[in-house]
Amino acid sequence: MALKLPIFMDNHSTTPVDPRVLEAMLPYFTTDFGNAASRTHVFGWRAEEAVEQARGHVAALIGASAKEIVFTSGATESDNLAIKGAAWFHKGRGNHLITVETEHKAVLDSMKRLEKEGFQVTYLPVETDGRVNLGKLEAAITDKTLLVSIMLANNEIGVIQDLVAIGELIKRKNKLTLFHTDAVQGIGKVPFDVEAARVDLASLTAHKMYGPKGVGALYVRRKPRVRIDPIIDGGGHERGMRSGTLNVPGIVGFGMAAKIAKDEMAAEGMRLLALREKLRKEIQARLPETFVNGSLEHRLPGNLNISFGYVEGESLLMALKELAVSSGSACTSASLEPSYVLRALGIGEEMAHSSLRFGLGRFNTEEEVDHVVSTIVEKVERLRALSPLWEMFQDGVDLKSIQWEAGAHH
Amino acid sequence: MAYSEKVIEHYENPRNVGSLDKNDPNVGTGLVGAPACGDVMKLQLKIGDDGVIQDAKFKTFGCGSAIASSSLVTEWVKGMTVDQAMEVKNTKIAEELNLPPVKIHCSVLAEDAIKAAIADYKAKRAR
Repeated sequence: MALKLPIFMDNHSTTPVDPRVLEAMLPYFTTDFGNAASRTHVFGWRAEEAVEQARGHVAALIGASAKEIVFTSGATESDNLAIKGAAWFHKGRGNHLITVETEHKAVLDSMKRLEKEGFQVTYLPVETDGRVNLGKLEAAITDKTLLVSIMLANNEIGVIQDLVAIGELIKRKNKLTLFHTDAVQGIGKVPFDVEAARVDLASLTAHKMYGPKGVGALYVRRKPRVRIDPIIDGGGHERGMRSGTLNVPGIVGFGMAAKIAKDEMAAEGMRLLALREKLRKEIQARLPETFVNGSLEHRLPGNLNISFGYVEGESLLMALKELAVSSGSACTSASLEPSYVLRALGIGEEMAHSSLRFGLGRFNTEEEVDHVVSTIVEKVERLRALSPLWEMFQDGVDLKSIQWEAGAHH
Repeated sequence: MAYSEKVIEHYENPRNVGSLDKNDPNVGTGLVGAPACGDVMKLQLKIGDDGVIQDAKFKTFGCGSAIASSSLVTEWVKGMTVDQAMEVKNTKIAEELNLPPVKIHCSVLAEDAIKAAIADYKAKRAR
């Protein structure tokens, strides 16, 4: 089969809808278009039945029961609902929340909002491998701690946190402290079980696991029952936790995506790990001064975040126009600051500026990996020939010994 | 981000990439920016005894706009006198390359690189 360009290797940003998912969704746009809340006719009943079946599939993927799944518009809403909803409901017995510096913005900015309302938030640092230090977490939990939010797997570096140990620690230190996890990047990629990790709230989304955009879920534990305030008021859908007409085709797609993920996760994980390792090993064998960011051992099988020393990430992306990946150099955004996740690992800003994130997924092939390796090697070599820093490195100059002028924008 | 055609053209076919002998008394070297900021430019000018710039070479670590800005100024300053080169303004560079507001700092850096190279040349001559 001929190689098709451009190649999509940015599966942490989103994924294509699996054709099996799309096929399951289609009838719910046209023939079975009913409102799942309509109790008076067959259109509503069919929609409700489809939603309940999907709810079961999503629950099964994470070891939950169907009644613990609240459908939302996506993970950003789920994170907001979990964090603000729990803080608001329980504010009578505490004012403290804990999260981690490398969390997604949906978590960090929900926390910042709560700080403005008077809550206290602890932002834990991570170790150089991207993992949370359990001793620091334990020390941070007090009798006022309402909630701890720690993600399953990081969206930039793919590093997986030990949620089983974290859940055990939280419940041992303060059994009333709720445990929320943004599980978006890890769900369907690595095993995750709400019972094993003693999670109370978990944010999920469909579009990172070959489902449609615009649909997600929040797992809300029932035994013991976890109470949260809604953030959207209205018709009382989803047991009052999330009002609004259900996105029936989206939910059906989410359900099918969850079913496929559960059935195929083990085989797909092995295949992706082999592809990722091929990508990593060949790049590192052919290009000196390349560094993997974050733990290689505790990492999503499809993730590779790697810095190419002495080459700036955005210029590299520009050279890779037939390859869709992302850069830790935030020159691509308006902020001009390199990735806060990479900086939290303690790597130098120049190495953060030199990083690329590859996200391999279900539809990537070995042929694509081969093509990407040869393209990357060629482009990095070209840019190094253009790089004054590479020249200085080759001449044995220690870049840290140079008194750099502050750049125009710093 | 969409780059202008001129940025892409310079990025893909950069002019005057390379290095001159930094110990040559007629060569001024400017090294500006910082790795932590994501841009470093090295610009070298070979200046005749008549004060005319005979050659210019650059190497740049930075985004496409930074590479294009430095490539462009090497073309411009060749044949200029030192005094003329000191008058090259970042606004002209930004205008020529259609740089968006977030990339203006690249043109500022290129202007700074010219000034730094000339300052180095003058310091050498004063010795």
